[in-house]
Amino acid sequence: MTTFQILNGLTFAALLFVVASGFTLIFGLLRIVNLAHGALYLIGGYIGYTIGNLSGNFFIGAAAAMAGVAMIGFVLDQGLLRFVRGHDLRQVLLTLGFAFVLNDLALVIWGGDSFTVQIPQFLRGAVEVFGVFYPKYRLFVLFVGVLLFVLLWLLLNKTRLGALIRAGVDDAEMVEASGVNIRRVFLITFLLGSALAGLGGVMGGAFLSLYPSADAEILVFSLAVVIIGGRGSLFGVAVGSLLVGLLNTFGQVMFPELAYFVIFGPMAVLLAFRPLGLFGKAT
Amino acid sequence: MTQATRTLTIGAIAVVIAALLPLFLSKYQVGLATEVLIFGILAMSIDILAGYAGRTSLGHGAIFGVSTYVVIYLVSEGMSPVAALGLGILASTFVASIFALLAVRTSGVYFLLLTLALGMIVWGICLRWTQVTGGENGLRGDIRPEALYDHKLFYWVVLAATAVLSLAIWRFVRSPFGLTLRGIRDSESRMRSLGYNVPLHLFIGFTVSGFFAGVAGGIYAFFNNFVSPSTVALAQSVEGLLMTIVGGVGTLFGSFVGAAAIITLENIVSSHTERWQTVLGLTFILIMILAPEGIVGKARVLIERVRRSKS
Repeated sequence: MTTFQILNGLTFAALLFVVASGFTLIFGLLRIVNLAHGALYLIGGYIGYTIGNLSGNFFIGAAAAMAGVAMIGFVLDQGLLRFVRGHDLRQVLLTLGFAFVLNDLALVIWGGDSFTVQIPQFLRGAVEVFGVFYPKYRLFVLFVGVLLFVLLWLLLNKTRLGALIRAGVDDAEMVEASGVNIRRVFLITFLLGSALAGLGGVMGGAFLSLYPSADAEILVFSLAVVIIGGRGSLFGVAVGSLLVGLLNTFGQVMFPELAYFVIFGPMAVLLAFRPLGLFGKAT
Repeated sequence: MTQATRTLTIGAIAVVIAALLPLFLSKYQVGLATEVLIFGILAMSIDILAGYAGRTSLGHGAIFGVSTYVVIYLVSEGMSPVAALGLGILASTFVASIFALLAVRTSGVYFLLLTLALGMIVWGICLRWTQVTGGENGLRGDIRPEALYDHKLFYWVVLAATAVLSLAIWRFVRSPFGLTLRGIRDSESRMRSLGYNVPLHLFIGFTVSGFFAGVAGGIYAFFNNFVSPSTVALAQSVEGLLMTIVGGVGTLFGSFVGAAAIITLENIVSSHTERWQTVLGLTFILIMILAPEGIVGKARVLIERVRRSKS
């Protein structure tokens, strides 16, 4: 692979990390597999596109997308999921139904055309890195991915909220029994995870473009990341994203038509030996 | 009367009633009834896993669609319909066995996620592998044999096939093998300590289920004469699963009730609005909140309650 392709793989991995970290946070702590995560990504991208165009500022668009998608997450968690708490399968299938509704709603509002989120002026063009000219914006995505990893690591390991989240992943009942309002921690995590999907939508929308089936595509990548990395592990998501991002880019170069297949191989091998993923822990 | 003879009698009566339907229905309605039968088989194949092995699959739409693709492709290339159907079913069974190899060690939500991801891979391939699958445009071919052009005759043939398949699935879940699956559903560790090879049983169960989904997909090819990535898409798996759930997981023949309910709903909704997907999503949400045991399951619970209050 050329340097250019490796950079492509890394930037795609960074985007996957942003999206999948939200997914795995929710999965790890709340035991909810939020299959609406892809739809949240898509809606976030659309909101970022619209608000970004209206305000003329990419970052206002991104902030609006995160806020808007967090609000949708709030409705999903408090309005619907509360009725099926404790039933794993019913929760998953409910979020799936919600994803269908969201996707269709997006089709009504934004139509079937594909959009690209406007990139801010100072990130347009290319710079020379490692001997190749590479788009500045994609390097920015890579930077955001790494920054988010650091921030999430700090949040999970250095703050009280993070300690509660980690404790909740291991044993939610015990945390509750020691007098913590775990429901509030759950809600905050759910909103944070949703907001990350929205952020991913804006970032991805600027170089992958947004179209009605983009939600399913990003969801399958997120699933692959979480299946490989394991539930609720930050390092798992990082390693999973890198693997899937690089493999996908490699696959697209080598076998353009069967690129999907290339993420499937390692997933299969891994599952044969570690059904819970690289960093997954049994519950 | 034993339970088994009662089920058989009711089944026979249902088949006779279903066979009389075309005499009263319009051509369009007979088409819908045919569709109900085909998707009923798909829903039953999902129920083998969901109801008897306790594994909810979101990949059966893909397994179903593989057979549809293969049949349409091969018949368009000049192969005889019967041979193409055989190969289509074989292809589906093969895909199901690969799914099964990967999925047998997982359960619950992980099983669901894995089958979903695998199904999506099939969808991605059908979408991108344009030379063979026609990409987004799909494959179109007037492949139904001339002898079956008549919509009523086609319906009866499908009905006969459905009756045979239903009987086979019913026998399968009642066999000692089916009982083992139920044991695994209720307690995997207990079955393991009793010396059963749990992964092997699940593998076979999944493959058999995929075989039946493949038969449904192959028949669907002759019914629809058209296949596109939406046939293998997640929405297809979701619709199939919804039919199983609406009918009642573990009731097997409830699948036809579920298929009839969803297909009727789809047709009513589609004639008024283009927002079928929204309605499908909302139906899913409502069923999950209000009646996760499905229509037949709910009815059973209610009947049970009435009986108890009488005695």
